[in-house]
Amino acid sequence: MTIAKDHHVPRFKQTNAGKIKIKTWGKRQVVMFTTFLALFLLTVYGFLTFDYKGISFVQAVTDTIYNVKVMFFQPAMSHFTFGEALGQVGVTIGLGILSTIIGAIISLFLALFAAKNLSSKTVSSAIIIVITFIRAVPTVLWVLIFAIAAGLGSEAVIIGMTFHSIAFLVKAYSEAFEEIDEGVLEALRAGGANWWHIVTHAVIPSTTSSLLSWTFLRFETNFTVAVAMGAAAGAGGIGFELLMASNFYFDLREVGFITYLILIVAIAFELLSTQLKKRFLSGTSMS
Amino acid sequence: MVLLQVDHISKHYEKDKPVLSDISLHVQQGEFISIIGPSGAGKSTFLRCINRMIDISSGEIHFDGTNMMALNKRNLRKNRTKIGMIFQHYNLVSRLTVIENVLHGRLGYKSTFQGVLSLFKEEEKREAFHLLEKLGMAEHAYKRCDQLSGGQKQRVGIARALIQSPKLLLCDEPIASLDPSSSKIIMDHLKEISTEMNITCIVNLHQVDVAKKYSDRIIGLNAGEIVYNGAPKDLLEREIREIYGANAAHLMMK
Amino acid sequence: MITGEYRSNKKQLTIFLLLLIVVMLASASFTEFNFIYSIQTLPKAFTWIISNLFITEQALEKLPSVMDKLIETVFLSITSTTTAGVSALFLALLGSEATKVNDFFAKLSRVIASVYRNIPIVAWALILLLSFGQNALTGYFALFLATFGFLVRAFIETIDETSSGSVEALQASGATYFQIVMKAVIPECLPQMMSWILYMIETNIRSSTLVGILTGTGIGFMFDLYYKNMNYEVVTLITLSIVIVVIGIELISNYVRRVIL
Repeated sequence: MTIAKDHHVPRFKQTNAGKIKIKTWGKRQVVMFTTFLALFLLTVYGFLTFDYKGISFVQAVTDTIYNVKVMFFQPAMSHFTFGEALGQVGVTIGLGILSTIIGAIISLFLALFAAKNLSSKTVSSAIIIVITFIRAVPTVLWVLIFAIAAGLGSEAVIIGMTFHSIAFLVKAYSEAFEEIDEGVLEALRAGGANWWHIVTHAVIPSTTSSLLSWTFLRFETNFTVAVAMGAAAGAGGIGFELLMASNFYFDLREVGFITYLILIVAIAFELLSTQLKKRFLSGTSMS
Repeated sequence: MVLLQVDHISKHYEKDKPVLSDISLHVQQGEFISIIGPSGAGKSTFLRCINRMIDISSGEIHFDGTNMMALNKRNLRKNRTKIGMIFQHYNLVSRLTVIENVLHGRLGYKSTFQGVLSLFKEEEKREAFHLLEKLGMAEHAYKRCDQLSGGQKQRVGIARALIQSPKLLLCDEPIASLDPSSSKIIMDHLKEISTEMNITCIVNLHQVDVAKKYSDRIIGLNAGEIVYNGAPKDLLEREIREIYGANAAHLMMK
Repeated sequence: MITGEYRSNKKQLTIFLLLLIVVMLASASFTEFNFIYSIQTLPKAFTWIISNLFITEQALEKLPSVMDKLIETVFLSITSTTTAGVSALFLALLGSEATKVNDFFAKLSRVIASVYRNIPIVAWALILLLSFGQNALTGYFALFLATFGFLVRAFIETIDETSSGSVEALQASGATYFQIVMKAVIPECLPQMMSWILYMIETNIRSSTLVGILTGTGIGFMFDLYYKNMNYEVVTLITLSIVIVVIGIELISNYVRRVIL
């Protein structure tokens, strides 16, 4: 490298030590680094301050490994028949289906008013704020809160799960609506179509596939939620059997059997949902 | 001097469905070669067979005196530093700066440790700036690549390839995603690289007129076979029809 | 095009709607769900919620202990998510098309991720409860395992979407595997991965409430306790403090996302 050449390249920045910089620091890097550092420190602090209650870690891990081994290598039923187990899975799926469909119908209307290109700014933000609040409350708390009025049972569970489904679906649906080409809406408006015409002839038809995929995705989640509600809120179904097997009968083999059953159903739904997503939702992320 | 010698190579993913069949080609140092042909003719596959990004099914490739097929992983890496590659979609790390992307071209010369810690010599950084200057990109050196236009990105790609000090540049549809004026800038740069720096360029193109304007030699590929191998001036209507098949009418306009 | 299909398929739409109604009725009878009853209870429920939405001074006395459990829950969610994120990164590198080492490990990592993801967090919590007891670690591991499964899939998708081009370019220039990972994959994917991690921290605060109810730990246990004692003022206090924390974290995540993505 000759000095003559250097003369032509004066545009690099140098560090204090006189070296050429290749990294630059902007707001982006600072925020990224700060987030990293914060999460790292919080993680370390968290581990240091947890109340471990003097647990013997090695012993507990060994026990868990043994338990998991029993569960997965010797699954068995003792408190119900295979038919009954399937019936309980059916109840859980039923909870998922009902809360998803009811949630989807209500969400569809709310999402029309939450989409910025179809609604006024005030109405849209009002819905978004309510939705954010609903989403922030854990589903199990919604279920338990509704249970105070409705009593523990499928009604409280379905209302609670529906609430959370609405919070999720309104966001997904309204974002799908917002992606519609503004030109299409403009053309219809210019042609004298009213709001309902636009919704039924342009908005819904052109987003049907994406709406269906999101709905199925939510159903997939709701199945897992229904399992949890069975265990945590006494909603019945396979989740309740899981709770009984582990907390009351201490029957590891049955826990294993139930876990396998849930796993198979969940993976089947997941495969179905990825197929749907591949076909209808290419290019949309789900965050 | 023959830099690259490709002898009877074939590539098939499934039996009886060859992507490339029995291709032979000798390339001189400093030569500018265009490969044209309809999409699906195997142009991209052929280019990637040369630096073994794709392994061939049979045949031999000699590059700069070494038998490419006989190389182990380590030596293959070493030999790849002598072959620069330029891509249709630029393949830059879009969140990093231009200068960081250019210096990626030096990774092949570094140990894993040096590379991961970005221990580049001052000399290498100077060379990177020098190349950017030559390509008219020095003022953008500290910009993130996702802020650049397509033509600018491709120039970063060229700088990244050149900093490898390559003897051969493989360019896979370098102007397919660019507008005409950016395309001209890129092709002019590539031509200059081959004539002034004596670096061999093999360029996949789908514009016959561009190929005729810039190349020393044109290779026509159809369904994995070489159907034309000769000077640009001899590439006439009949030959073009042979390369592109019956649907070549629109290409004759030029 | 879709509009055309939609119109010509009116018959299909009718069949679809009928099917939907049948499925709903079947589910309702299966789960002993009563539509009329639930609609009737809604006004009651909302009246209850509104009349209990105010925090009394009496309940506020419990605030310090609520905060205590809430902070534990937040830390539980952060530690489980960050550690799961780091572990998921390694499996995702093996599982992604762009960075896989070989087909066998790629397949294996996807299968492992799928199994972890689809075993509900409830099952993990109950299994771990047997040997870890009512301990913070029960919640930690339950959240860790479920988050791990989720993040592996999310990270694999991120790597596949963003890095295949630059990976190819660096391979062609003779870079080693670790150079490619550190210089191309990580810089390209880190912001998106960070975004997923922040999303999971927020989700895990809600999940850890659930796990807490089941395993008798953290804020979930506290909620359950006062709920069963019908001390609804404290229940409201706990619920609202969870809401504030979750929304707070969401706001911070949204800011970070806006800047880094």
